[in-house]
Amino acid sequence: MTTILIILAGAVLTYLTRIGGHLVLSRFENIPPRVEAALDAVPAAVLTTLVAPELLSAGPAEIIALLAAGLVALKRGMLEMFLTGAITLIVLRQFMG
Amino acid sequence: MSEENAKREFWRGARSSVPIIVAVIPFGLLFGALAVDNGISPGKAVLMSAAIFGGASQMVGIELFGQKISPLLIVFSIFAVNFRHVLYSAAIGRHFARWPAAKQAVAFFLLTDPQYAEAERKVEENGKVGFAWYLGMGLALYFTWIAETLLGALFGRLIRNPEALGIDFLLPIYFLGLVMEFRKRPLWLPVVLASAIASTLAYKFVGSPWHVSLGALAGIALAASMPAKRQSARDLAMTAERSEP
Repeated sequence: MTTILIILAGAVLTYLTRIGGHLVLSRFENIPPRVEAALDAVPAAVLTTLVAPELLSAGPAEIIALLAAGLVALKRGMLEMFLTGAITLIVLRQFMG
Repeated sequence: MSEENAKREFWRGARSSVPIIVAVIPFGLLFGALAVDNGISPGKAVLMSAAIFGGASQMVGIELFGQKISPLLIVFSIFAVNFRHVLYSAAIGRHFARWPAAKQAVAFFLLTDPQYAEAERKVEENGKVGFAWYLGMGLALYFTWIAETLLGALFGRLIRNPEALGIDFLLPIYFLGLVMEFRKRPLWLPVVLASAIASTLAYKFVGSPWHVSLGALAGIALAASMPAKRQSARDLAMTAERSEP
């Protein structure tokens, strides 16, 4: 029972994070250019934080896989880049343990 | 938009979700498997995926369930891991503003990391994002996430060695791909560098999950402090449109 309550409370709070930023921002009539610039930076800023700290514990296999995926991303779509990274990682881990 | 058109856009959105689903499948399975390992029933694991729909926070949640930790602390940890969505919500909410309130309410429920990134990309390409397309992608991701959880919970023991399959490092690769998708935006490289350095330092000295919010704030603050004249023509046009009475 407690588990279900924890899950539901977590779900409610998660929904609040997903709608909250908009609710706060929509109270303002005009958004100043600096805030616009800040919001336009959100994708790169947030998504980067989900990658960068992983480098602290990454070995050569992980770093090479990231580099390979990053290079493919310059020319190709998401699927090609992901598969390149995944396959590089799996193959290198067989050798580098 | 005609109903015919909306249908087509819905399926177009669902189809665009395929690369994301490929990248996410291992995590859905892993989550289901770890949940059962931590003594959570398959039904509760599925409930968690259906109600929270946020992989990282669910992983943290099930880790804590296994230990003697107060329920409030578990709930707060889930909240802390998901706090980054506040930023997504503020940024993409600007482009939902013309939809009816009920559609907006649904759209915010579906606002995961990949959904947010793809919606931003849509805005970049077309200057706007349509609800039918957004719903097509969101529901495809939602139901496959639930299905993966169930499969992982039922058959997860079959995954013997997740490390050899690289499962622990697939998500960073995938997020790198999302970061790269925005490389044409003004100030992309400085923002990425600022967030990378700040989040790594915060990870070391403050701890997870605060490195996400702190690292993001560094990149965002950098963008806000730069002169505004570097905005693209599209942004200027949209700013003008929004400031009309």
